[in-house]
Amino acid sequence: MTTLLEVQELNVDLHLPAGTLHAVRDVSFNVQKGETLSLVGESGCGKSMTALAVMDLLPRGATRSAAVLKFGDQDLMSADENAMATIRGSGMAMIFQEPMTSLDPCYTVGNQLVEAIKEHQSVTLKEAKERAVFLLEKVGITGSSARLKQYPHQLSGGLRQRVMIAMGLMCGPSLIIADEPTTALDVTIQTQILALLKSIQKEFNMGLILITHDLGVVARMADRVAVMYCGQIVETGDIREIFENPLHPYTKGLMEYIPIPGKTKPGQELGSIPGIVPTPIGDLWGCSFRNRCNLSEPRCADKDMPLTEIWPGRAYRCVTAFNKVEPLTEEELICPKMY
Amino acid sequence: MLIYTLKRLGLAILVTVSVSFVSFMLIRVSGDPAIALAGEGASQEEIEFVRVQYGFDRPLIVQYIEWAGRALQGDLGEFPYLNQPVAGMLKERMGVTMTLGISALTFAMVLSIPLGVLAAIRPNTCIDRVALAISVMGQAMPSFWFGLIMIIFFGVHLRWLPISGSDTWKHFLMPTVALGYYATPAIMRLVRSGMLEVLASDHIRTSRAKGLRWPKILFKHALRNAIIPVVAVAAVQLGFMLGGSIVIESVFALNGLGNLAWVSISRSDLPVVQAIVLMLATIYVFLTFVSDLINAFFDPRIRNM
Amino acid sequence: MTQATSNNKFDSGLGLDVVFPTPGQIMRRRMMSHKGFIVGGIMVLLIFLMAVFAPVIAPHDPFHQDLSLRMIPPVWNEKGTWNYPLGTDNLGRDYLSRLVYGCRISLLIGFSCMMIAAVIGAMLGLTAGYFGGKLDMIVSFIITVRLALPAVLVAIAVVALIGGSMKIVILVLGCLIWDRFAVILRATTKQIRAIDYVQAAQAAGCSVLRVIVMEIMPNLFNSLVIVATLEIGRAILLEEALSFLGMGVQPPTPSWGLMISEGKDMMLFNPYLVTIPGAALFILVLGMNLFGDGLRDVTSPEGRS
Repeated sequence: MTTLLEVQELNVDLHLPAGTLHAVRDVSFNVQKGETLSLVGESGCGKSMTALAVMDLLPRGATRSAAVLKFGDQDLMSADENAMATIRGSGMAMIFQEPMTSLDPCYTVGNQLVEAIKEHQSVTLKEAKERAVFLLEKVGITGSSARLKQYPHQLSGGLRQRVMIAMGLMCGPSLIIADEPTTALDVTIQTQILALLKSIQKEFNMGLILITHDLGVVARMADRVAVMYCGQIVETGDIREIFENPLHPYTKGLMEYIPIPGKTKPGQELGSIPGIVPTPIGDLWGCSFRNRCNLSEPRCADKDMPLTEIWPGRAYRCVTAFNKVEPLTEEELICPKMY
Repeated sequence: MLIYTLKRLGLAILVTVSVSFVSFMLIRVSGDPAIALAGEGASQEEIEFVRVQYGFDRPLIVQYIEWAGRALQGDLGEFPYLNQPVAGMLKERMGVTMTLGISALTFAMVLSIPLGVLAAIRPNTCIDRVALAISVMGQAMPSFWFGLIMIIFFGVHLRWLPISGSDTWKHFLMPTVALGYYATPAIMRLVRSGMLEVLASDHIRTSRAKGLRWPKILFKHALRNAIIPVVAVAAVQLGFMLGGSIVIESVFALNGLGNLAWVSISRSDLPVVQAIVLMLATIYVFLTFVSDLINAFFDPRIRNM
Repeated sequence: MTQATSNNKFDSGLGLDVVFPTPGQIMRRRMMSHKGFIVGGIMVLLIFLMAVFAPVIAPHDPFHQDLSLRMIPPVWNEKGTWNYPLGTDNLGRDYLSRLVYGCRISLLIGFSCMMIAAVIGAMLGLTAGYFGGKLDMIVSFIITVRLALPAVLVAIAVVALIGGSMKIVILVLGCLIWDRFAVILRATTKQIRAIDYVQAAQAAGCSVLRVIVMEIMPNLFNSLVIVATLEIGRAILLEEALSFLGMGVQPPTPSWGLMISEGKDMMLFNPYLVTIPGAALFILVLGMNLFGDGLRDVTSPEGRS
């Protein structure tokens, strides 16, 4: 398996009048070809900023730094705007949350699709249009040649998002970053779009980073999961481990308190994690979760709270939770523990 | 698109009719045309005679309808002193005023659009401050004073440009600047804020994520979206300039509509004044109508409204 | 280490103790650092003081003519004298005194016009924005008709016919320049009305008047003040243009526009007759505009458009 994207110690800072907001702190992960990594967390935890930092699409006033940020063999930190523009769209593509506003209202769908490929490859207009039609059909849009002449405002939200996916695929990228691709859509459409993403990923053997706050989506789509809280990654692991055997108290809280079909017992009372999410402004140390955690101890406020790796790909950022962990055995996988 | 066009056209006609009505009433109410026609020092009987002769004693509504009816047929009355039809004279003077107006607008757009775009790309830098300074000063400068200063400087001290008349293009240079600079701040601010808004929008982010490069993003996507309100404002500004040309034409002694209006006012030539107001209003309404159509061309969302 | 101290240590380093500045603090900080606001504010204050204390500042009577002292150039010219620092005009009247008193006229007229325009525009805008529907359509139509009227022309015509005096000029201009008030207040009222807490008040059964007074007015006040400061400048410029054309206040009243118009014929050799009052006008309007723009930036910088 080749590593498509390698990220180590990524930091994103926003400079506000009240101080420096550390939106992304020491985030490290990698994505392999053909696998789906999901970045999970509640709103404001820094997952979108992470994606924007990787693509170098951060808003004005935000700065990023990283020990390693590599796409394949290419170093992204030292790449200038021209080099990044070459990678964007052709190597890495990004799909955004708001399909209603993500397309230019003044140009036809066809124009915008064709533009995506003509920027990177020297193809004729005819070839570009053919590819656009091909991809529109792939994403499940019927009557694609007529659709090319339509304007975005003539399409529904679900259709627009499909167009966005097709647009991301125009150059055949190896990595797709999808930032909450279904959050703004109806529940019925959500399922369809997610299934579509999955099938396309499998067919073209692409890497997929799926950013979401919805654990149901994660359960359906992800191979590996990285849980983010307050700008940091607090737990990583493959999907089974995260759902069956969460280690970090935040992840455990999420699993406990959010109903998951098949896991939550009928009539079970749902709770909530007490406290509020702190805003990571100014000097920060220790565990960001300690003001809401029922396992917190004075040593949770120590300067360093490193990510403890149990085995490659499985890590968590806590000093009070279980210290000794082994991978789930075969029996445990078949009969998951009940909490 | 057709329905949209028809709706706009209907509105335009309605507005023109209303304006003609309002201006007719205003002018008739402010001054007595019988006194004006009878001339200075006319006696009461002479005034009364004139009043009955020309039908000024009838109800205003009747007078308006009669005037409007004739105006629709192209008859805008005659000059009381010259016995020349007004419509013909208006057509002559139109040329000068329209030339002035259009070149003033062009000047304003050529100055403000690039400035606005540059200011938006590099906000809070040197160029942004310069653009803002030009904008603030432009809005405070009295146009007639600006014209006079230019005459003193360019016409008298430097002797580069002629200071009155309308024969060559050089005669139009200073009046164009004096009339056009006032529209620059409005257009520049609109372009700047429009560009800033568009550049922060989601679809520009999508364009960047697709790997498009900045020149293409700016000119194909950003400007196209930002220019939509500018078209409407430009049309309105042109209308204002045509109406406000009376001052500039007076300063530079140009033989345009404004100058004619000025002369007619001082001679209490009410029919001429009315005709000019009607003409200017019609042009303004026509301009806004055209700008609506251009808007629909630029923004596909409007076409189905 | 006591429990209390360890608790403090425990909770810090999370970002929980970040103090966000209050809206009032933010505004105050912006006010202090906004150059335009401060400079404009100072300019407006100085000019206002100059107008109020005119009798004290002016060295001579602005109406006093002395033909033996005509056309003395300002003090920086070799023939100038400190007795008449800004020179005298062709009737021997002291220019500095006329300038200072002219300031009063300009401010008075500008302010009065603005008030009339504000009342008319606010009533129309509020009605349209609050009630929407048919009323909104009617008011929008009225605004369009007003915009189609060439305001300067109509003002000149009406003043010429009725006769020029300060009261007439104020009334005519005030009734013509309410359009910006109406447009902006209509937009703001619509915005505010759609805000949830206003709708909640309505749902709770508050009467129309109560909703307008308690919920909408306080929010409108901000927009109103900003538009007002910018419209004073516009009103002053319009009035001076009228005076320049002879259709404003009549001589011997010291109006800057009149001074420019009177000096225009001799400006080739005595440019100070024209440059000085024009510069004063420019500075006055500039100050008002800087202050108005600064006010708008300070209260809502995201609306810098």
